[in-house]
Amino acid sequence: MSGRRVLMLSLPATLFLLAAFVYPFLYGVFLSVTPRTGGPLGNYQAFFGDEFQRASIGNTFALALPAAILCVALAVPLAYAMRHGLRGGRVLTALLVVPVTLGPVFIADAMLFYFGPVGWFNRALEALHLAAAPIRVLHTYGAVLLAIMLTAFPFAFLLMLGYVSGIDPALERAAHTLGAGRWQTFRRVLLPLMAPGIATSFALTFVLAFGVFPSAVLLGEPGGSTRVLSIAAFQAAYEKFDFSAGSAIALVMGALQLAVIGLVFALRARLYAGPARGGKG
Amino acid sequence: MIGRVLFVAVLGLFFLNLFAAMATVVVNSFAQTWFGGWWPSGFTTKWYAYADDQFAMVDVLRFTIIVTLAVAVLACLLGVPAAYALARAQFRGKRLLLALYLVPMLVPPLTYGIPLASQLYRTQLAATLPGVILINLVPALPFVILVMTPFIEQLDPNTEAAARMLGASPLQLFRRVLFPLLMPGILTAALLVVVRTMGMFELTFLISIADTQTLVVALYTALFGAGIRQAQAVDKLAVVYIVTTLTMLVVALRFVSPTQMVFRVREK
Repeated sequence: MSGRRVLMLSLPATLFLLAAFVYPFLYGVFLSVTPRTGGPLGNYQAFFGDEFQRASIGNTFALALPAAILCVALAVPLAYAMRHGLRGGRVLTALLVVPVTLGPVFIADAMLFYFGPVGWFNRALEALHLAAAPIRVLHTYGAVLLAIMLTAFPFAFLLMLGYVSGIDPALERAAHTLGAGRWQTFRRVLLPLMAPGIATSFALTFVLAFGVFPSAVLLGEPGGSTRVLSIAAFQAAYEKFDFSAGSAIALVMGALQLAVIGLVFALRARLYAGPARGGKG
Repeated sequence: MIGRVLFVAVLGLFFLNLFAAMATVVVNSFAQTWFGGWWPSGFTTKWYAYADDQFAMVDVLRFTIIVTLAVAVLACLLGVPAAYALARAQFRGKRLLLALYLVPMLVPPLTYGIPLASQLYRTQLAATLPGVILINLVPALPFVILVMTPFIEQLDPNTEAAARMLGASPLQLFRRVLFPLLMPGILTAALLVVVRTMGMFELTFLISIADTQTLVVALYTALFGAGIRQAQAVDKLAVVYIVTTLTMLVVALRFVSPTQMVFRVREK
């Protein structure tokens, strides 16, 4: 097949994405600058000028950044520990896929009773004398952070595991042969090799956390500390029936997310990007 | 040594809490009432009958399965040829095309979801089966392309070149050489799309009303109006959701390793 004909194969997919993604996206931009009242920037002025609305940005970052950082911080040592494989490793990773597969809506349902004042969690704490009275977990910032981490941590871990598996064990052995201690090997050989993977894992986990929506509503304080950007956008579009304002908020959300990812990948490009395998070439 | 202990402790606590929380849902769905003891006051299967009227359970389940299968089939039909083009052809603007295919996975679903929903409402497609399939196809198609492109790159192009040299027409080339080679990858991609779409909430939520809800949206709606419905009935819906999703997951895991579910790595 000629090159031109092969290219034709990608046409249906391209057309679909142009129609169902690019066009709505551009339409959203158009919608956002044609507000009900005010000039083209009316929606944006209203959003950034209103303290309650503006707070949704801070609320979202306050959830997404710690979640991504904690998940990656936990995932890196665990993936590192499992880099040479582990007995039952395949079962373990299969189990870890369960929360991200079931998704945040179900996780929220599971947490709603379990972490409630008379749920098993608090009962167990009291039975073990670790707490004198039920701990308030639900309908707080903490509950939403926990829910995000239940799905995001396995995701970050599986990503890191993939990256760590790609590092040739021969490099580690070579370092030992040359006299490096375990910490030295980690710091000067493995960490630089893992760094691009850590950056990507952070970016993708951040993406997962930044879009938090059902958890923030069901488990948090959707009118207060966990009123995230997705709630703000949704409320504008579906509760006030103002798709123009909703699109504007959704675009702000998209721009912020892309900015963070862009930043992470720009930093990542400055890291070591050579091969992680030993040998010639 | 302490690393090992910490490792086991962290993962152990994680799984303990996770599965205990999931167990609460299952147990509650079989409970008469459960007001706060360690265990429910009695057990019953009545919720599995009662909830059928309330949530039109069978309809929702059937709708969900149709949607996920349709999305998987369409995503592969559109995505596999596109992945082939990306893997094999060199052309100007390849990077731009790649960017087009990847960007839907990097922006929040609401960013394109809200304007797309608005469009679907305007064209009367919103609360319909085709509309739900369409909106879920947007993130699924890039995913298939992302999974299939490295897979095709791994296939030796010499095989195809040899077939052409031996006189195979493009159709023969596809049917007898490419398709059998692509099958494992396509199966992987399709299964992964099914599993992902089962849990995809935001997009369907934006355009659904009562009879075009997928299981996950029905579950959220039930939870959101939590005071109105009996908790046990809601948990019964959750159990149906778990069973369906995990069945798909188990099938998928027979063909795919778990790390591949989140990241395309070569199996050792």
